[in-house]
Amino acid sequence: MNYLASIGSYAIMIVETFKKPTKWPIMRSLILKEIDELIYGSMGIIIFISFFIGGVVAIQTALNISNPLIPKNLIGFATRQSVILEFAPTFTSIIMAGKVGSYITSSIGTMRVTEQIDALEVMGVNALNYLVFPKIIAMFLYPFVVAIAMYIGILGGWIAGVFGGFSSSADFIEGLQLDFIPFHVVYSFVKSVVFAFIIATIPSFHGFYMKGGALEVGKASTVSFVWTSVVIIVMNYILTQLLLG
Amino acid sequence: MIEVENLRKTFGDTEVLKGISTTFEKGKTNLIIGQSGSGKTVFMKCLLGLLTPTDGTIRYEGKAYSEMAPEVRRDLRQEMGMVFQGSALFDSMTVEGNVMFPLDMFTKKSRAEMQERVDFVLHRVNLVDAHKKYPAEISGGMQKRVAIARAIVMNPKYLFCDEPNSGLDPKTAMLIDNLIQEITEEYNITTVINTHDMNSVMEIGEKIVFLKNGIKEWEGTKKEIFRTDNEAVTNFVYSSELFKKVRQMYLEGKN
Repeated sequence: MNYLASIGSYAIMIVETFKKPTKWPIMRSLILKEIDELIYGSMGIIIFISFFIGGVVAIQTALNISNPLIPKNLIGFATRQSVILEFAPTFTSIIMAGKVGSYITSSIGTMRVTEQIDALEVMGVNALNYLVFPKIIAMFLYPFVVAIAMYIGILGGWIAGVFGGFSSSADFIEGLQLDFIPFHVVYSFVKSVVFAFIIATIPSFHGFYMKGGALEVGKASTVSFVWTSVVIIVMNYILTQLLLG
Repeated sequence: MIEVENLRKTFGDTEVLKGISTTFEKGKTNLIIGQSGSGKTVFMKCLLGLLTPTDGTIRYEGKAYSEMAPEVRRDLRQEMGMVFQGSALFDSMTVEGNVMFPLDMFTKKSRAEMQERVDFVLHRVNLVDAHKKYPAEISGGMQKRVAIARAIVMNPKYLFCDEPNSGLDPKTAMLIDNLIQEITEEYNITTVINTHDMNSVMEIGEKIVFLKNGIKEWEGTKKEIFRTDNEAVTNFVYSSELFKKVRQMYLEGKN
Protein backbone atom coordinates (compact mmCIF):
# COMPACT_ATOMS: atom_id res chain seq x y z
CA MET A 1 0.00 0.00 0.00
CA ASN A 2 2.90 2.32 0.86
CA TYR A 3 4.47 1.61 -2.52
CA LEU A 4 1.25 2.60 -4.29
CA ALA A 5 1.07 5.81 -2.26
CA SER A 6 4.69 6.59 -3.15
CA ILE A 7 4.04 6.00 -6.86
CA GLY A 8 1.04 8.34 -6.62
CA SER A 9 3.08 10.99 -4.81
CA TYR A 10 5.84 10.65 -7.41
CA ALA A 11 3.33 11.18 -10.24
CA ILE A 12 1.88 14.24 -8.48
CA MET A 13 5.42 15.58 -7.98
CA ILE A 14 6.15 15.28 -11.70
CA VAL A 15 2.96 17.16 -12.60
CA GLU A 16 3.67 19.88 -10.00
CA THR A 17 7.24 20.26 -11.29
CA PHE A 18 5.95 21.57 -14.60
CA LYS A 19 3.38 23.96 -13.08
CA LYS A 20 3.85 27.64 -12.21
CA PRO A 21 7.25 28.14 -13.81
CA THR A 22 10.01 30.22 -12.27
CA LYS A 23 11.04 33.42 -14.10
CA TRP A 24 13.18 32.53 -17.12
CA PRO A 25 16.33 34.57 -16.19
CA ILE A 26 16.43 32.79 -12.81
CA MET A 27 15.62 29.40 -14.33
CA ARG A 28 18.33 29.83 -16.97
CA SER A 29 21.01 30.36 -14.34
CA LEU A 30 19.69 27.39 -12.33
CA ILE A 31 19.82 25.13 -15.42
CA LEU A 32 23.40 26.21 -16.20
CA LYS A 33 24.39 25.55 -12.59
CA GLU A 34 22.85 22.07 -12.72
CA ILE A 35 24.57 21.29 -16.04
CA ASP A 36 27.84 22.17 -14.36
CA GLU A 37 27.07 20.06 -11.27
CA LEU A 38 25.32 17.05 -12.82
CA ILE A 39 26.84 16.72 -16.30
CA TYR A 40 30.23 18.43 -16.38
CA GLY A 41 30.99 17.35 -12.82
CA SER A 42 30.39 13.69 -13.71
CA MET A 43 32.61 13.56 -16.79
CA GLY A 44 35.76 12.58 -14.93
CA ILE A 45 34.32 9.48 -13.24
CA ILE A 46 32.42 8.44 -16.39
CA ILE A 47 35.54 8.69 -18.57
CA PHE A 48 37.62 6.78 -16.01
CA ILE A 49 35.10 3.95 -15.58
CA SER A 50 34.23 3.67 -19.28
CA PHE A 51 37.89 3.40 -20.26
CA PHE A 52 38.59 0.50 -17.91
CA ILE A 53 35.27 -1.27 -18.53
CA GLY A 54 35.95 -1.21 -22.28
CA GLY A 55 39.42 -2.58 -21.60
CA VAL A 56 38.13 -5.36 -19.36
CA VAL A 57 35.44 -6.38 -21.89
CA ALA A 58 38.11 -6.66 -24.60
CA ILE A 59 40.44 -8.73 -22.38
CA GLN A 60 37.63 -11.00 -21.12
CA THR A 61 36.47 -11.64 -24.68
CA ALA A 62 40.02 -12.35 -25.85
CA LEU A 63 40.69 -14.74 -22.96
CA ASN A 64 37.48 -16.66 -23.67
CA ILE A 65 38.26 -17.25 -27.34
CA SER A 66 40.07 -20.58 -27.23
CA ASN A 67 38.86 -21.93 -30.57
CA PRO A 68 41.28 -20.93 -33.38
CA LEU A 69 38.37 -20.93 -35.84
CA ILE A 70 36.81 -17.89 -34.12
CA PRO A 71 38.23 -14.78 -35.80
CA LYS A 72 40.15 -12.25 -33.70
CA ASN A 73 37.88 -9.46 -34.91
CA LEU A 74 35.31 -10.83 -32.45
CA ILE A 75 37.17 -8.90 -29.72
CA GLY A 76 36.37 -5.56 -31.38
CA PHE A 77 32.86 -6.73 -32.26
CA ALA A 78 32.08 -7.88 -28.69
CA THR A 79 33.56 -4.73 -27.19
CA ARG A 80 31.47 -2.52 -29.48
CA GLN A 81 28.25 -4.42 -28.85
CA SER A 82 28.74 -4.60 -25.08
CA VAL A 83 29.74 -0.97 -24.73
CA ILE A 84 27.09 0.53 -27.04
CA LEU A 85 24.19 -1.68 -26.00
CA GLU A 86 24.71 -1.98 -22.26
CA PHE A 87 27.82 -0.59 -20.62
CA ALA A 88 27.59 2.97 -21.88
CA PRO A 89 23.86 3.57 -21.28
CA THR A 90 23.00 1.20 -18.40
CA PHE A 91 26.19 0.72 -16.39
CA THR A 92 26.97 4.44 -16.63
CA SER A 93 23.43 5.21 -15.43
CA ILE A 94 23.90 3.03 -12.35
CA ILE A 95 27.10 4.96 -11.61
CA MET A 96 25.21 8.23 -12.15
CA ALA A 97 22.42 7.02 -9.86
CA GLY A 98 25.07 6.73 -7.15
CA LYS A 99 26.99 9.90 -7.84
CA VAL A 100 24.38 12.35 -9.11
CA GLY A 101 21.39 10.70 -7.43
CA SER A 102 22.84 10.83 -3.95
CA TYR A 103 23.93 14.43 -4.54
CA ILE A 104 20.39 15.38 -5.59
CA THR A 105 18.74 13.58 -2.64
CA SER A 106 21.14 14.94 -0.06
CA SER A 107 21.08 18.53 -1.35
CA ILE A 108 17.26 18.68 -1.57
CA GLY A 109 16.92 16.68 1.67
CA THR A 110 19.19 19.11 3.50
CA MET A 111 17.09 21.98 2.19
CA ARG A 112 14.01 20.19 3.57
CA VAL A 113 15.63 19.61 6.99
CA THR A 114 16.85 23.19 7.28
CA GLU A 115 13.42 24.57 6.28
CA GLN A 116 14.78 26.15 3.07
CA ILE A 117 12.00 24.43 1.09
CA ASP A 118 9.41 25.78 3.56
CA ALA A 119 10.95 29.23 3.04
CA LEU A 120 10.48 28.91 -0.74
CA GLU A 121 6.88 27.78 -0.29
CA VAL A 122 6.04 30.56 2.15
CA MET A 123 7.34 33.08 -0.40
CA GLY A 124 4.96 31.60 -2.98
CA VAL A 125 7.69 29.91 -5.04
CA ASN A 126 6.82 26.55 -6.61
CA ALA A 127 9.66 24.72 -4.85
CA LEU A 128 9.36 21.66 -7.11
CA ASN A 129 9.70 23.75 -10.24
CA TYR A 130 12.57 25.74 -8.72
CA LEU A 131 14.51 22.69 -7.52
CA VAL A 132 13.59 19.75 -9.75
CA PHE A 133 12.84 21.23 -13.19
CA PRO A 134 16.41 22.55 -13.79
CA LYS A 135 17.76 19.11 -12.92
CA ILE A 136 15.45 17.42 -15.44
CA ILE A 137 16.47 19.87 -18.17
CA ALA A 138 20.18 19.56 -17.31
CA MET A 139 19.92 15.78 -17.45
CA PHE A 140 18.65 15.98 -21.04
CA LEU A 141 22.34 16.43 -21.87
CA TYR A 142 22.95 12.97 -20.45
CA PRO A 143 22.99 11.25 -23.91
CA PHE A 144 26.06 13.42 -24.57
CA VAL A 145 27.72 11.78 -21.55
CA VAL A 146 26.66 8.35 -22.81
CA ALA A 147 28.14 9.13 -26.26
CA ILE A 148 31.44 10.00 -24.61
CA ALA A 149 31.23 6.82 -22.51
CA MET A 150 30.77 4.80 -25.74
CA TYR A 151 33.75 6.43 -27.39
CA ILE A 152 36.03 6.09 -24.36
CA GLY A 153 34.87 2.51 -23.68
CA ILE A 154 35.71 1.41 -27.20
CA LEU A 155 39.01 3.31 -27.02
CA GLY A 156 39.79 1.49 -23.77
CA GLY A 157 38.97 -1.84 -25.45
CA TRP A 158 41.21 -1.00 -28.40
CA ILE A 159 44.14 -0.03 -26.15
CA ALA A 160 43.73 -3.15 -23.97
CA GLY A 161 43.27 -5.42 -27.00
CA VAL A 162 46.12 -4.06 -29.08
CA PHE A 163 48.68 -3.14 -26.44
CA GLY A 164 47.85 -6.22 -24.39
CA GLY A 165 48.73 -8.36 -27.37
CA PHE A 166 45.26 -9.91 -27.69
CA SER A 167 44.43 -8.54 -31.13
CA SER A 168 45.91 -6.50 -33.94
CA SER A 169 44.62 -3.00 -34.49
CA ALA A 170 43.29 -3.98 -37.92
CA ASP A 171 41.37 -6.97 -36.51
CA PHE A 172 39.92 -4.88 -33.70
CA ILE A 173 38.79 -2.11 -36.05
CA GLU A 174 37.38 -4.66 -38.49
CA GLY A 175 35.37 -6.11 -35.60
CA LEU A 176 34.13 -2.64 -34.66
CA GLN A 177 32.75 -2.16 -38.18
CA LEU A 178 31.38 -5.70 -38.57
CA ASP A 179 27.58 -5.92 -38.93
CA PHE A 180 27.15 -2.47 -37.43
CA ILE A 181 23.48 -1.58 -36.94
CA PRO A 182 23.06 2.20 -36.47
CA PHE A 183 19.73 1.63 -34.68
CA HIS A 184 21.68 0.20 -31.74
CA VAL A 185 23.08 3.66 -31.09
CA VAL A 186 19.57 5.14 -31.34
CA TYR A 187 18.35 2.44 -28.91
CA SER A 188 21.15 3.37 -26.54
CA PHE A 189 20.30 7.09 -26.69
CA VAL A 190 16.58 6.41 -26.18
CA LYS A 191 17.47 4.43 -23.06
CA SER A 192 19.79 7.17 -21.83
CA VAL A 193 17.04 9.82 -22.13
CA VAL A 194 14.66 7.64 -20.07
CA PHE A 195 17.38 6.90 -17.51
CA ALA A 196 18.27 10.61 -17.33
CA PHE A 197 14.67 11.41 -16.37
CA ILE A 198 14.75 8.64 -13.74
CA ILE A 199 18.09 9.84 -12.32
CA ALA A 200 16.79 13.43 -12.05
CA THR A 201 13.37 12.69 -10.57
CA ILE A 202 13.55 9.67 -8.24
CA PRO A 203 16.37 11.13 -6.08
CA SER A 204 14.52 14.48 -6.09
CA PHE A 205 11.39 12.71 -4.85
CA HIS A 206 13.29 11.04 -2.00
CA GLY A 207 14.93 14.33 -1.02
CA PHE A 208 11.86 16.53 -1.34
CA TYR A 209 9.49 14.37 0.71
CA MET A 210 11.96 13.19 3.34
CA LYS A 211 11.18 13.71 7.01
CA GLY A 212 13.55 13.91 9.95
CA GLY A 213 17.08 15.20 10.44
CA ALA A 214 20.63 14.74 9.21
CA LEU A 215 20.58 10.96 9.76
CA GLU A 216 17.46 10.64 7.62
CA VAL A 217 19.15 12.61 4.82
CA GLY A 218 21.80 9.86 4.67
CA LYS A 219 19.15 7.14 4.76
CA ALA A 220 17.14 8.88 2.03
CA SER A 221 20.25 9.00 -0.18
CA THR A 222 20.76 5.26 0.21
CA VAL A 223 17.10 4.44 -0.42
CA SER A 224 17.04 6.75 -3.44
CA PHE A 225 20.11 5.01 -4.93
CA VAL A 226 18.49 1.60 -4.46
CA TRP A 227 15.19 2.66 -6.05
CA THR A 228 16.82 4.58 -8.89
CA SER A 229 18.93 1.50 -9.71
CA VAL A 230 15.93 -0.83 -9.52
CA VAL A 231 13.84 1.37 -11.81
CA ILE A 232 16.74 1.72 -14.28
CA ILE A 233 17.19 -2.07 -14.41
CA VAL A 234 13.45 -2.69 -14.90
CA MET A 235 13.14 0.06 -17.53
CA ASN A 236 16.21 -1.34 -19.27
CA TYR A 237 14.42 -4.66 -19.63
CA ILE A 238 11.18 -3.06 -20.82
CA LEU A 239 12.91 -0.77 -23.35
CA THR A 240 15.05 -3.61 -24.69
CA GLN A 241 11.95 -5.72 -25.19
CA LEU A 242 10.13 -2.84 -26.87
CA LEU A 243 12.95 -1.60 -29.10
CA LEU A 244 14.93 -4.73 -29.91
CA GLY A 245 12.58 -7.61 -29.05
CA MET B 1 -5.33 41.75 10.97
CA ILE B 2 -5.66 37.97 11.06
CA GLU B 3 -8.78 36.39 12.50
CA VAL B 4 -8.85 32.72 13.38
CA GLU B 5 -12.17 30.99 13.99
CA ASN B 6 -12.61 27.49 15.41
CA LEU B 7 -9.40 26.18 13.78
CA ARG B 8 -8.98 22.42 13.87
CA LYS B 9 -6.22 20.26 12.47
CA THR B 10 -5.97 16.50 12.67
CA PHE B 11 -3.25 14.12 11.52
CA GLY B 12 -4.82 10.68 11.17
CA ASP B 13 -6.57 10.01 14.48
CA THR B 14 -4.66 12.70 16.35
CA GLU B 15 -6.31 16.08 16.77
CA VAL B 16 -3.52 18.61 17.20
CA LEU B 17 -5.55 21.82 17.09
CA LYS B 18 -8.92 21.60 18.81
CA GLY B 19 -10.95 24.61 17.75
CA ILE B 20 -8.76 27.69 18.26
CA SER B 21 -10.30 31.13 17.86
CA THR B 22 -8.31 34.34 18.25
CA THR B 23 -7.31 37.58 16.55
CA PHE B 24 -3.86 38.88 15.69
CA GLU B 25 -3.87 42.65 15.49
CA LYS B 26 -2.12 44.94 13.06
CA GLY B 27 0.93 46.88 14.25
CA LYS B 28 1.33 44.60 17.26
CA THR B 29 3.64 41.76 18.19
CA ASN B 30 1.35 38.80 18.80
CA LEU B 31 2.95 35.89 20.64
CA ILE B 32 1.92 32.25 20.58
CA ILE B 33 3.31 30.44 23.62
CA GLY B 34 2.95 26.96 25.01
CA GLN B 35 4.83 23.81 25.86
CA SER B 36 6.42 21.59 23.23
CA GLY B 37 3.67 19.56 21.56
CA SER B 38 0.98 22.12 22.37
CA GLY B 39 0.36 22.74 18.64
CA LYS B 40 2.19 26.08 18.18
CA THR B 41 4.11 25.06 15.06
CA VAL B 42 1.07 23.41 13.46
CA PHE B 43 -0.94 26.55 14.25
CA MET B 44 1.67 28.75 12.58
CA LYS B 45 1.91 26.46 9.56
CA CYS B 46 -1.86 26.69 9.17
CA LEU B 47 -1.63 30.50 9.32
CA LEU B 48 1.07 30.42 6.64
CA GLY B 49 -0.93 28.12 4.41
CA LEU B 50 1.71 25.38 4.62
CA LEU B 51 -0.89 23.10 6.22
CA THR B 52 -4.57 22.94 5.30
CA PRO B 53 -6.83 23.12 8.39
CA THR B 54 -9.27 20.25 8.89
CA ASP B 55 -11.94 22.74 9.92
CA GLY B 56 -12.31 26.39 10.79
CA THR B 57 -11.53 29.69 9.08
CA ILE B 58 -8.50 31.97 8.85
CA ARG B 59 -9.26 35.49 7.60
CA TYR B 60 -6.67 37.95 6.35
CA GLU B 61 -8.14 41.47 6.43
CA GLY B 62 -11.59 39.87 6.52
CA LYS B 63 -11.02 37.53 3.55
CA ALA B 64 -11.16 33.80 4.25
CA TYR B 65 -8.02 31.99 3.05
CA SER B 66 -9.98 28.85 2.17
CA GLU B 67 -12.21 30.81 -0.20
CA MET B 68 -9.39 32.61 -2.02
CA ALA B 69 -8.59 31.77 -5.65
CA PRO B 70 -5.08 30.31 -6.21
CA GLU B 71 -3.76 33.57 -7.70
CA VAL B 72 -5.13 35.57 -4.72
CA ARG B 73 -3.40 33.12 -2.35
CA ARG B 74 -0.19 33.55 -4.33
CA ASP B 75 -0.43 37.33 -3.98
CA LEU B 76 -1.16 36.94 -0.26
CA ARG B 77 1.94 34.75 0.13
CA GLN B 78 4.01 37.60 -1.22
CA GLU B 79 2.61 39.82 1.52
CA MET B 80 3.91 37.40 4.15
CA GLY B 81 7.40 37.38 5.58
CA MET B 82 8.66 34.46 7.61
CA VAL B 83 11.61 34.11 9.95
CA PHE B 84 12.29 30.42 10.52
CA GLN B 85 13.70 28.91 13.70
CA GLY B 86 16.93 27.93 11.95
CA SER B 87 16.85 31.06 9.75
CA ALA B 88 16.43 28.86 6.61
CA LEU B 89 18.83 30.95 4.57
CA PHE B 90 19.81 29.53 1.19
CA ASP B 91 23.29 28.08 1.69
CA SER B 92 24.32 28.56 -1.91
CA MET B 93 23.62 32.31 -1.88
CA THR B 94 25.40 35.20 -0.20
CA VAL B 95 23.67 37.36 2.39
CA GLU B 96 22.86 39.83 -0.39
CA GLY B 97 21.59 37.03 -2.65
CA ASN B 98 19.32 35.73 0.10
CA VAL B 99 17.76 39.15 0.73
CA MET B 100 17.49 39.92 -2.99
CA PHE B 101 15.86 36.55 -3.75
CA PRO B 102 12.18 37.58 -3.25
CA LEU B 103 12.72 40.82 -5.19
CA ASP B 104 14.40 38.95 -8.02
CA MET B 105 11.67 36.36 -8.04
CA PHE B 106 8.55 38.48 -7.82
CA THR B 107 9.27 42.04 -8.93
CA LYS B 108 10.30 43.68 -12.16
CA LYS B 109 12.69 46.08 -10.44
CA SER B 110 16.00 46.88 -12.10
CA ARG B 111 19.22 45.54 -10.61
CA ALA B 112 20.04 48.99 -9.20
CA GLU B 113 16.61 49.34 -7.57
CA MET B 114 16.88 45.88 -6.02
CA GLN B 115 20.39 46.64 -4.77
CA GLU B 116 19.16 49.88 -3.20
CA ARG B 117 16.34 48.06 -1.40
CA VAL B 118 18.66 45.29 -0.22
CA ASP B 119 21.17 47.83 1.12
CA PHE B 120 18.31 49.62 2.91
CA VAL B 121 16.90 46.55 4.68
CA LEU B 122 20.34 45.20 5.58
CA HIS B 123 21.16 48.59 7.07
CA ARG B 124 17.79 48.52 8.88
CA VAL B 125 18.71 45.25 10.61
CA ASN B 126 22.18 46.63 11.42
CA LEU B 127 24.11 44.48 8.97
CA VAL B 128 26.30 46.68 6.87
CA ASP B 129 29.38 44.73 5.86
CA ALA B 130 28.15 41.18 5.42
CA HIS B 131 26.73 41.52 1.90
CA LYS B 132 29.15 39.15 0.21
CA LYS B 133 29.38 36.58 2.99
CA TYR B 134 27.71 33.18 2.87
CA PRO B 135 25.36 32.06 5.70
CA ALA B 136 27.96 29.56 6.95
CA GLU B 137 30.43 32.44 7.44
CA ILE B 138 28.28 34.51 9.79
CA SER B 139 27.07 34.03 13.38
CA GLY B 140 23.64 32.74 14.41
CA GLY B 141 22.53 36.25 15.44
CA MET B 142 23.62 37.67 12.08
CA GLN B 143 21.80 34.84 10.29
CA LYS B 144 18.62 35.80 12.16
CA ARG B 145 19.05 39.42 11.06
CA VAL B 146 19.51 38.31 7.45
CA ALA B 147 16.35 36.20 7.80
CA ILE B 148 14.48 39.26 9.13
CA ALA B 149 15.87 41.39 6.29
CA ARG B 150 14.70 38.79 3.76
CA ALA B 151 11.30 38.65 5.44
CA ILE B 152 10.74 42.42 5.28
CA VAL B 153 12.36 43.18 1.91
CA MET B 154 9.01 42.91 0.09
CA ASN B 155 7.27 45.22 2.60
CA PRO B 156 5.06 42.44 4.00
CA LYS B 157 1.74 43.01 5.71
CA TYR B 158 2.28 39.95 7.88
CA LEU B 159 5.46 38.83 9.61
CA PHE B 160 5.68 35.34 11.10
CA CYS B 161 8.58 34.32 13.32
CA ASP B 162 9.13 30.78 14.57
CA GLU B 163 11.30 30.82 17.70
CA PRO B 164 13.25 33.83 16.43
CA ASN B 165 15.73 33.87 19.29
CA SER B 166 16.30 30.18 19.89
CA GLY B 167 19.98 29.31 20.10
CA LEU B 168 21.00 32.93 20.69
CA ASP B 169 22.67 34.41 23.74
CA PRO B 170 20.35 36.54 25.93
CA LYS B 171 21.75 39.86 24.69
CA THR B 172 21.45 38.98 21.01
CA ALA B 173 18.02 37.45 21.67
CA MET B 174 16.87 40.75 23.16
CA LEU B 175 18.27 42.70 20.22
CA ILE B 176 16.37 40.44 17.81
CA ASP B 177 13.16 40.83 19.86
CA ASN B 178 13.51 44.60 19.90
CA LEU B 179 14.28 44.68 16.18
CA ILE B 180 11.13 42.70 15.42
CA GLN B 181 9.05 45.00 17.60
CA GLU B 182 10.52 48.15 16.03
CA ILE B 183 9.87 46.83 12.52
CA THR B 184 6.33 45.83 13.48
CA GLU B 185 5.52 49.35 14.68
CA GLU B 186 7.46 51.15 11.96
CA TYR B 187 5.79 49.32 9.05
CA ASN B 188 2.46 48.63 10.81
CA ILE B 189 2.80 44.88 10.25
CA THR B 190 0.73 42.11 11.81
CA THR B 191 3.48 40.12 13.51
CA VAL B 192 2.95 36.63 14.92
CA ILE B 193 5.76 35.07 16.95
CA ASN B 194 5.97 31.49 18.09
CA THR B 195 8.15 31.37 21.18
CA HIS B 196 9.22 29.52 24.31
CA ASP B 197 11.25 32.43 25.53
CA MET B 198 9.74 34.10 28.59
CA ASN B 199 12.03 37.11 28.18
CA SER B 200 10.30 37.73 24.85
CA VAL B 201 6.90 37.39 26.52
CA MET B 202 7.81 40.01 29.14
CA GLU B 203 9.59 42.27 26.67
CA ILE B 204 7.47 42.41 23.51
CA GLY B 205 4.26 40.46 24.23
CA GLU B 206 1.61 42.97 23.18
CA LYS B 207 -0.81 40.10 22.71
CA ILE B 208 -0.16 36.61 24.03
CA VAL B 209 -2.01 33.43 23.09
CA PHE B 210 -1.26 30.47 25.34
CA LEU B 211 -1.88 27.04 23.84
CA LYS B 212 -2.18 23.85 25.82
CA ASN B 213 -2.81 20.48 24.18
CA GLY B 214 -4.17 22.15 21.05
CA ILE B 215 -6.61 24.39 22.92
CA LYS B 216 -6.36 28.13 23.48
CA GLU B 217 -6.03 28.10 27.24
CA TRP B 218 -5.60 31.82 27.74
CA GLU B 219 -4.98 35.09 25.89
CA GLY B 220 -4.10 38.58 26.99
CA THR B 221 -1.33 41.18 27.17
CA LYS B 222 2.02 41.05 28.96
CA LYS B 223 0.51 43.10 31.79
CA GLU B 224 -2.43 40.74 32.12
CA ILE B 225 -0.16 37.72 32.25
CA PHE B 226 1.23 39.01 35.57
CA ARG B 227 -2.25 39.15 37.07
CA THR B 228 -3.77 36.01 35.63
CA ASP B 229 -4.78 33.27 38.01
CA ASN B 230 -4.93 30.67 35.27
CA GLU B 231 -2.91 27.83 36.75
CA ALA B 232 -1.69 26.41 33.42
CA VAL B 233 -0.36 29.83 32.37
CA THR B 234 1.32 30.59 35.67
CA ASN B 235 2.89 27.10 35.82
CA PHE B 236 4.29 27.58 32.32
CA VAL B 237 5.34 31.24 32.41
CA TYR B 238 6.54 31.37 36.01
CA SER B 239 8.30 28.02 36.07
CA SER B 240 11.60 29.60 37.14
CA GLU B 241 12.20 31.13 40.58
CA LEU B 242 13.34 34.37 38.94
CA PHE B 243 10.10 34.87 37.06
CA LYS B 244 8.09 33.93 40.16
CA LYS B 245 9.88 36.73 42.04
CA VAL B 246 9.40 39.17 39.16
CA ARG B 247 5.69 38.40 39.18
CA GLN B 248 5.47 38.75 42.95
CA MET B 249 7.24 42.11 42.80
CA TYR B 250 4.92 43.26 40.02
CA LEU B 251 1.82 42.24 41.98
CA GLU B 252 3.15 44.00 45.06
CA GLY B 253 3.62 47.13 42.98
CA LYS B 254 7.40 47.13 43.20
CA ASN B 255 8.11 46.82 39.46
